[in-house]
Parts: sequence; structure tokens; C-alpha cells
Amino acid sequence: MIREITLGQYYPADSVLHRLDPRVKLFGTLLYVISLFLFQSFTGYIVATVFLASLIAISHVPVKFMFRGLKAIFILLIFTAVLNMFLTPGRELVSFWKITITIEGLRFAAFMILRLTYLITGSSIMTLTTTPSNLTDGLEKSMRWMNILKVPVHEIAMMMSIALTFIPVLLEETDRIIKAQQARGADFESGNLIHRIRALVPILVPLFVSAFRRANDLALAMESRCYRGGEGRTKMRPLRYERRDIIAYLVLALYIACIITVGILF
Amino acid sequence: MNLISARKLIFEYVRRDKNGDVDGFSRAIDEVDLEISRGDFVAILGPNGSGKSTLAKHLNSLLFPTEGTVFVDGWDTTDAEKIWDIRKSVGMVFQNPENQMIGTIVEEDVAFGPENMGIEPENIKERVKESLTMVEMYDHRKTSPSKLSGGQKQRVAIAGVLAMHPKCIVLDEPTAMLDPVGREEVIRAIRGLNDVENITIILITHNMEEAVFADKIYVMNEGHIVMSGTPKEVFSRVDELRENRLNVPEVTLLAHELAKAGLNIPPGILTRKELCNCLCRS
Amino acid sequence: MSILVNHLDHIYNPGTVFEVKALSDVSFSVDEGEYIGLVGHTGSGKSTLAAHLNGLMKPTGGGIYYNGVDIASEGYNLKELRGHIGLVFQYPEHQLFEEDVFTDVCFGPKNLGLSRTEVEMRAYDALKAVGIDDDHFYVSPFDLSGGEKRRVAIAGVLAMKPEVLILDEPCAGLDPAGRDEILAVADELHDSLGITIILISHSMDDLARHVKRILVMNDGKLVMDGTAREVFSHREELEAMGLAVPEVTAVLADLKKAGIPVRDDLITVEEAAKEILRVFGR
Repeated sequence: MIREITLGQYYPADSVLHRLDPRVKLFGTLLYVISLFLFQSFTGYIVATVFLASLIAISHVPVKFMFRGLKAIFILLIFTAVLNMFLTPGRELVSFWKITITIEGLRFAAFMILRLTYLITGSSIMTLTTTPSNLTDGLEKSMRWMNILKVPVHEIAMMMSIALTFIPVLLEETDRIIKAQQARGADFESGNLIHRIRALVPILVPLFVSAFRRANDLALAMESRCYRGGEGRTKMRPLRYERRDIIAYLVLALYIACIITVGILF
Repeated sequence: MNLISARKLIFEYVRRDKNGDVDGFSRAIDEVDLEISRGDFVAILGPNGSGKSTLAKHLNSLLFPTEGTVFVDGWDTTDAEKIWDIRKSVGMVFQNPENQMIGTIVEEDVAFGPENMGIEPENIKERVKESLTMVEMYDHRKTSPSKLSGGQKQRVAIAGVLAMHPKCIVLDEPTAMLDPVGREEVIRAIRGLNDVENITIILITHNMEEAVFADKIYVMNEGHIVMSGTPKEVFSRVDELRENRLNVPEVTLLAHELAKAGLNIPPGILTRKELCNCLCRS
Repeated sequence: MSILVNHLDHIYNPGTVFEVKALSDVSFSVDEGEYIGLVGHTGSGKSTLAAHLNGLMKPTGGGIYYNGVDIASEGYNLKELRGHIGLVFQYPEHQLFEEDVFTDVCFGPKNLGLSRTEVEMRAYDALKAVGIDDDHFYVSPFDLSGGEKRRVAIAGVLAMKPEVLILDEPCAGLDPAGRDEILAVADELHDSLGITIILISHSMDDLARHVKRILVMNDGKLVMDGTAREVFSHREELEAMGLAVPEVTAVLADLKKAGIPVRDDLITVEEAAKEILRVFGR
């Protein structure tokens, strides 16, 4: 069950999207997310849908993968939708007991679901087509100006990259620990809340111990491979903009132009 | 001059009681002398907790002696200015392959070392290709390490060290977590590096079968070097090895039993072939 | 006590591109007091099989019957089953979590809902059975040596008083003396307490010395089931699966090939030594 979380997982394939410079993808995702909140009409979503659908089509990633990320936030999605539905004031549609559903609420809830779905799917496209290290490279390079503000950009990027590498390892470990404690009769499914929280101790303690052991091992391995921070480090594949990246920026500009036009016209 | 030489090496660590107060000092390594020449294949054997891993960490400045000295290629390992040269010269491969993978793709991981050394991109690519080819993992260069078997992961780790062009590789129980197939792969790769590339190998293990291929064996226990010699010499002292919580390969044990019963078999038989030839002649 | 595994199948992700047949048509039975070895290369399905026997995974086809009852049936008490069929995972010391050794071992029996006295008595017996002394009872499990931790972890399952104990590579990562200690514990549990043991191991030498019957898994199928001697007589088939026969069996086979009239169906050093001495007239 734990392994189903795909957010931040890379899907190896050979597509234009995979080959794009991570900076383009980061910037593009940012613009796309902002665009989702710019328009208030369904027509705007048609543009976003066309954009999203064409990205999925050229990404060579099975559609199923895209939507797997949604499963994890399904509850959140429903929750937000319901809240919006009931709490938005406006023309009354249905009313029973103390609850009133308004037309505006319904409309707002629909927007919310669409926005969140598009947001998650859009960012999934980025993570699915970009290796974690590429992603952090991109972040590191586009955030470099923050060095002036004494923000340790390289360190943060390195931390992110390590975290991303170790997430699957630790998830697998968690799975193993759960099974092993179950074999000792542990019960994670019954009892009241306090009982269930206490039942987590036999999982969390070994997990922390293991995470520290791994961290220690990794630190030693990095040190013995001459790691000493970002200074003086080179890259096997330094990021360099290619023609396709310029084209991608143009496509992005076109998308934004469409969104704004739609926003003004409708 | 020898590539590595340790003289009267002592390493102590602070022991603490339950409240975290200093309780005393424990000696993990006690007056160890070690000489390793270029191109050697050295095995360091010892039971769990004998200090062999601690010793290994002294060889590339991950730990520093409490007393005594360690020289690598003429450099004192405590010399802060030479620390990166030392780490470049002596590469380390650790026990758990999962915990030493830094890249999300095989070739990225192998490139990590050279990148840290500030090598030019084109040169890094060459080194990555060459190192992965040496351990027969080039075909997997685009794979995610999590999709590899234990033996493959460990070979990638070796490639990661090779890409730094070390003079010596220290392997700290590299096969302890692997199945027999993975073990075989790793040992074959290590022997290849020693035979073909003439890289000095220091293999730390408690698997007796792996030490058979070494030029020289050191046996450690409780912080001391208690035995040393060629595999033949060391493995002929069956009882002494057992006292040190070790054992001998099964074949050596069989030969030992036969010799004890009066058959004319020389001590220190290491392989099936040797034993067979020996018995066929008598 | 009896376990019947009947045409057991397990398919991961059925109906998708990721479909993997982890177990396919596995059938065998285990009787009271047996000492069984389970071998197979990594990914052959032996760990999946062990998880099924413990009710941690549900079969996608076929079934497992414990004392005649299908353990996958609706409302079957799996917790109780896990008390009867104990499973010790690889590196079980990684699951230790309590403040002291004794409390940790109490975890299993406590989960069975026993009275406090019963829980403590079982923990005491279990710790004694694996050879942990009283003065270690109240230290933190994290302060023990590797071998001790492993034994405490085994005690944690043993305290549930299982009739069957499945040990998944209990010796992994231990030095030769540590391996012998763990296997001696397994022998003791079998011989004195009459516990049925299923030992998963990669070491054919260990299996030859300890178990009576061997199950061989390959690609999710049970391909051999017989006495250790029978199984090890299929050297070529085992080698084709990436497995081996005990070293001494291989020695005897080599000798036979070289024209020395020895039996080649012996599997331990003692037997082999005796046989060679017989032929050489000593």
C-alpha cells in the first residue's frame, strides 16, 4: 500500500519532455500552477486541458501513472470540495436541516477539484519526466542568485536529492518492519486512536534507528568519495540550454498568452 | 616505499554510561603495524567487533589515530592539506550497497566522485564509461540502482570508486549482505581489478572462501593483528583461527581432518583442485 | 501439528503489465518435529513463501492449511496463527525497539493477550533458550553485540511459543563463530523443545550439517523436495539454478571422476573424511 505513493517518482522513458532542461520544466510548472488560479471560467480550463493533455501525450508516461498521485490526496480533494460546497454563500440550490448548498458553492467546489487535480497532475508530469538529481540540479542553478542572501542553495539541493533517493528505500524498509512486527503479533488495525498511535512505536523506533544508520553510512561514503560541499564541484552533464528548451519557452509563452486572452474575453 | 604503512596504530574511543558521562576509553585498535605494497591483494580477516572496520577507516582519513601513524603513499593521514589526495588514492566500498548510492541513475552515481574532484565534464564521461565497463555494468548505466541486484549494486559502488582513479581500494565486508551469486560477481570484479589493472586491494571480510585469493592475510581480533601470512600459512593453523572466532574453508577443513588421520597431505590446502591432485598422487 | 501447502499461487499486481508470478503451484506438507531447509536464489520466492506461512500475505490461488483449517478463510485468527508459526525475518535485530532486552522480548507474547506472569515467564524461557544471561536482561538492546542482538530478536518470536519456527537467513552478516552459535540455538530448539524448524539459508554447507529435509525453490516453483542427501545428489540441476552442493560433496565427485572409488553422496566433512580414509585404507 505504501509503495503506491508516486509523487516525486521518476518514470524512465525517452521523450522530449524527459530531455528538456529541468529549469524549463520548473519554470513551466510554476507558470502553469499560477495560470490555474488566474481564470474563473470554464473556458480557461479548456485551454489548460488541451495543454495538459498534449503534455501527457508527448511524455511517453502511461496515463495511469499520472493519476496515481491523485489517490494520495483523494481525501483532501473531497474534503475541500465539500467544505466549499457548503460554506460558500450565494443562491440557494438545495437546503436541508442546517446545511445549504448554493449554486456558487457548487461551482466553486467544481473549480477547486479541477484546480487541485490539474495541479497535482501537472506537477506529476514534471517529477515523472525529470530524474531527482536533474530536478535538484535545475533548482540549484535557477536559485543560485539566492546565494547572495546567504541561502545555502547547494546544500538544500543536495539534501533534497538525497531525500528523494532514500524515500523508496525507507518506504520499503517501513513495509518490512511492519511485516516483522505483525509476525510478532502486533496489531495496527484495531483499537481506539490512542491505542493505534501507541501501536506505531514498534514501527517508528526501528525506522528512526535505521534512518540514522543509513545517514551515517551515506555520510561516510560521500566523504570518502571526496565530497566537500558545492565549491569546486563540476558536473558530468552541466545544464545548458538547447534549441528545444528555447522552443519550450516559446510554447510556454504561447500558453500564457492564450490564458490571458481567454481571461479577458470570457 | 610501501603504499600503506601503519605504525603502532592505536585508536581509542570514549565509552559513556547511561547518563552520557564519560565512563572510560575503549581501544578498538591496539598497536597495529601494517605494511601493504603496491599491487597487493590483502585480506583482513576478523570476527565481528575485532576492529577491522575501524582500521579500514584509518586508511583514507575517515578516522585519525589516537596514537601512532598511518601513511598513505608517503602522506600522513592526519595532514589536513593532503586529506583529499589521500581519499582520492584510497577508495572505500562499504557493506551495505543501498547506503552508498548517491545518484538516482547508475552513471550519475559513478560520476559523483569525479564531480567532487572538479574534473571536466568530458573527462568525467570517459571515466564513468571506463569504470562501468571494468565491472561489467556499462549496459546498466541508465538504470536506477533500486532495480539492480545486490551484486550489481555493489559493482556500481566499486565503479564509483574506480572513477576516481585510486591506487588502492578498501572494501569493508562488501559481500556480507549478498547472496552467493552476488558474492561471486563482486569477488570476480575485485580480482579482475587486481590482476588486470594492478590496483591494490584490501578486502575486509569474515568469509574465509574469499580470502583464499589474497596474496597476504592479516587476522585481527580484539584490536590486535593476531596472525598474518599467505593464505596457505594462515589457513594451515585451523585451531588458532577457531580460537579467534573464525574458521577455514570447508576444503581446508577436510584436508586438515584427513592429515590428522594420517594421510600424507600438506597443510594449508585451499581449493578442491589442490586436494584432489594431492589425493590422486598418494 | 501439521501444515499443508496446497497448489499455492501468488501473483503480484495481477492483470497489469507489472504482473509477477512469485509463487506458482507450490505444494508440500510439514509434519511435527521436522527440520527443513529452504533454499533458492534471491527472488526464487522463498521469502514470499515464508510470509504466506505466517499469514502476512494472502494467496492468490491455492491455500495453506494449518491443522486442517485454511488460514485464508474468513474470520481465521491470524494473530493466533502467528503465535503457532513463528517467523524470524532477515536481520531481525533491526526490529528491536524497547528500552531493554526483556521488555522487547515480552512484546510478542503480550500481543497474544496473555497474563502478565505468563508473558514474563515466556520471555524468560525464550531468552534462556537462546543463551542470553540474566545480567543482559535490562540493558538496552542497542548496546548488545551483533550476535547477541540477533539472539534477542529470535527470542522475541520464540516467546510466542511457536510450534513451528521459520528462520530467514538467521546467520547473515555474522562471523563464523556467531553463525555456529545461532545454528546451535536452532538445533537446540529442535532437539530439546521439539520445535519444527524451517531454515532459509544460502549456505549449503550449513544445511548439510543441520537439516534433514531440503526444499528447493526456483522461479516461484518448488522444484525439489527430499532428504538433504537426495537433493544434493542433483548437482548439475542445482548449479543450473545458481545453487551449489556442499564443498565436500563436490570434492568427492571430483575424486570419483579422477578414478578414486569413493561414494559421492556424502555431505558433511566428517562423513567425507571417513569415506576417503576408508578408500585409502586407514
